[in-house]
Amino acid sequence: MTESYYLMAFIAVTALATFATRVVPFLFFERHTEHPLIKHLGRFLPAAVMALLATVFLQRSASWDADTLGLDALIPGLLVVAVHLWRGNALLSIATGTVAYMAIQQTGMIVSGG
Amino acid sequence: MNQNVFKLTLPILFGYLPLGTAFGVLFSTQLDYAWWIAPLMGLVIYAGAGQILAVSLLAANAGLLEVAVAMLVLNARHLFYGLSLLGQFRGAGWRKGYLIFGLTDETYSLLTSRARSGDKHHEQEIDFRITAFNQLYWIAGCALGALLGDWIAFDSTGIEFALVALFIVLTIEQFKALRNTFPIWAGALAAGAAMLLIPATHQLIAAIAIVTAVLLIQYRYQSDSALEPEVSHD
Repeated sequence: MTESYYLMAFIAVTALATFATRVVPFLFFERHTEHPLIKHLGRFLPAAVMALLATVFLQRSASWDADTLGLDALIPGLLVVAVHLWRGNALLSIATGTVAYMAIQQTGMIVSGG
Repeated sequence: MNQNVFKLTLPILFGYLPLGTAFGVLFSTQLDYAWWIAPLMGLVIYAGAGQILAVSLLAANAGLLEVAVAMLVLNARHLFYGLSLLGQFRGAGWRKGYLIFGLTDETYSLLTSRARSGDKHHEQEIDFRITAFNQLYWIAGCALGALLGDWIAFDSTGIEFALVALFIVLTIEQFKALRNTFPIWAGALAAGAAMLLIPATHQLIAAIAIVTAVLLIQYRYQSDSALEPEVSHD
């Protein structure tokens, strides 16, 4: 009983804390959407955050030892860029990169000596 | 409309299903709770990194205050997401609460990069469905993983790269829409700086803080050099 009480309280706290971080801008900045600073951030922040997320998660997908040099993720990443610039089809770009990454990870073809 | 929304959210499906499954497997192997708690968490919490962190906090029987602080810090990047969607969500009525609740990294990236018509109510309806579809994928993944435990026959090693590929594609789409590489370099360099200087658990929030500061400096610089404020058209 106390166990399930703890679990329910835990889930409620986690849910509320997560929602809090999402709702704060809407509570405190709602009246300032025409402000040029908010417009500036609204225009440039998404691109900056996307590039940031791509960089961070690309780095985390890669092995950075002396043999691999991160190529196990950098090659699929570059493939995504190339296919996307070539065809402009998001699904095709994502599928190509993901299949390449899975093949590299599962066969260990770049992770030398491993 | 649902068919178009499904096509738009398909990359998220490929990202969320395996990621949700990974969470579910972790949940069922680390903890002794009933399997349906995992999709329940996907329903009421709906945060990838947050839920994965929650598993280790639950396993450690962490205090609720500690849990709250950990979640606030981990999810603090979401503070910045709402800023660019304030106008877009305005007047969304009963949908607005859910749109805000469902503002994950991936939903945010889809909502800010997709093409929009002038019909705001129609676009908000699409935003609402995109959010709901994405959450359904996530909940399905959580349930699947918790049920399957660790006996998945298909070797899905590496399929989580779909999320990386999605972020790359969305960066290119942002560039096409903006025709300006500055925010992209700023974001990538901020990420690089954070990864060099800061431990992994705080890298995202640190990088976002850095790039926001850079954009604020850029704003100051621009408004000093061009005294005329941008003319609003709406």
